[in-house]
Amino acid sequence: MSAWGFTLIQALLYLALAPLLAGWIQKVKARLQNRRGASIWQPYRNLFKLFAKEARMAHTASPVFRAAPYIVFAATWLAASAIPLLTTDLPTAAMADVIVIAGLLGLSRFFLALAGMDVGTAFGGMGASREVFISALAEPAMLMAVFTLAMTAHTTNLATAVGDLLVSAPFLRPSFLFALIAVVFVVIAETGRIPVDNPSTHLELTMIHEALILEYSGRQLALLEWAAQLKLLLFATLLVNVFLPWGTAQSIRPDVIGIAFVLFVVKIALLGIALAVSETLLAKMRIFRIPVFLNMALLMAFLGLMSHVILEVGA
Amino acid sequence: MNMSLLQQLIIVLAAGVMFSSFAMLRQERLKTAIYTFALQGLFVAMVTALIAASNGLDHLYFSAILAFGLKVLLIPWMLHRQVRRLELDRHRESISHPALVIMAALGLVIFSYWLVLPLVQSEMQFTRNIVAVSLAVVLIGLLMMVARAQAVVQVLGFMSIENGLFLAAVSATSGLPLVVELGVAFDVLVAMVLFGVFFFQIRESIDSLNVDRLNRLTERTGDEL
Repeated sequence: MSAWGFTLIQALLYLALAPLLAGWIQKVKARLQNRRGASIWQPYRNLFKLFAKEARMAHTASPVFRAAPYIVFAATWLAASAIPLLTTDLPTAAMADVIVIAGLLGLSRFFLALAGMDVGTAFGGMGASREVFISALAEPAMLMAVFTLAMTAHTTNLATAVGDLLVSAPFLRPSFLFALIAVVFVVIAETGRIPVDNPSTHLELTMIHEALILEYSGRQLALLEWAAQLKLLLFATLLVNVFLPWGTAQSIRPDVIGIAFVLFVVKIALLGIALAVSETLLAKMRIFRIPVFLNMALLMAFLGLMSHVILEVGA
Repeated sequence: MNMSLLQQLIIVLAAGVMFSSFAMLRQERLKTAIYTFALQGLFVAMVTALIAASNGLDHLYFSAILAFGLKVLLIPWMLHRQVRRLELDRHRESISHPALVIMAALGLVIFSYWLVLPLVQSEMQFTRNIVAVSLAVVLIGLLMMVARAQAVVQVLGFMSIENGLFLAAVSATSGLPLVVELGVAFDVLVAMVLFGVFFFQIRESIDSLNVDRLNRLTERTGDEL
């Protein structure tokens, strides 16, 4: 099997696994709250149901509103395909380094915000302004944390960086600890989890992501939901494969890939449990506390950069 | 980078010292700030013990135990007791311009790195990199005394300066002579007792521990009353 073929399989794997992660987190959360909870396959059923339904459109909707779900979905998927899931031997990684990935996610967010404002309802505009507010604050922290990694690996290419980390001897790096905390904060903000946004409610005054997609129905809503799940899996993969890369394959030999897949599922499942626990323990914060939260992420990223320069270089 | 696991651990803990300085600077709750100070003391004591282990300097174990007893247990306990007696348990101080203060602290870290650069280039043991961190801790302690208005927090800043100096002594040389160390420890303890008395004095005279209000003790004009 060629590397390109495997890249395609990996990209499809992203699509297939994304609803499972969302279902898993929901299930664990339900168990923590003493509920039985829906089956972990429920997100698949939801998507299937939505794809079968008719898509209704507001009278005031423009072509931007129609096109946005497809653009959002495609951009998120494209970004995901450049992040090593099972193997670092990815031809797509050569085309897209981490800054391109951030750019693709920015593109999808841009169209989501446009679509939110397009129909002209109050909720859409409010959701768009909040989404952009949060991501404008999260982006610098994200890039700063990524630069910390890039300085250690001497590249901004994710696949190469992960490969470098795999071959170098394990090393306790304070910069990685700080960058990890920063990335965790950014991931929580970007994927709209508690304490920044609550993904499971449609509460009028607090919703952010739900407000943006309020006007969508049918297959377009399904695509947007799927894209959101994809984004969660994308960031989760980024976390586990950059900070705990052990087990990720460096070739596409079937046996190595098999081990990588099992380890990846275990890592992601553990991360899902951690996320569910933190969402059960924390309450959603006021929207104007979010800059403080994201400033903390930026500070962590800065400290990571500094401790790399001060403590690790020349040591 | 060829460092033993022990040395890597020392580096991580030194980064922890720097982080706890930032956390203290930004912490609004008084009690949490005191706990953060105890955490910083713990990191310093652990760095000292690990340097003793990796360089085979037995007398540093004594310093580590001294630092642990004084900075992790005794001083936080005294501060905590005073805060309780002043009924400031749940006190929250609102910091003016928190983002600006943090940026200034980051600037201080860069400055201290630049200052220590010639030292780093000279041949020394691997702990030389920690000198920049300890200098940054000293400067952030000073910044804390300038930027924060609450008297108890200013005392924390003062104490963290001592932490920074201790860390610098341990990492740049192989620790201070025992006599000096005991002297400094005793000084800090006496300072702590004196600060305790001062807390009550300030509180008595201006009914608050916010030292910015000390300015208002200057003459009151008639129309203000």
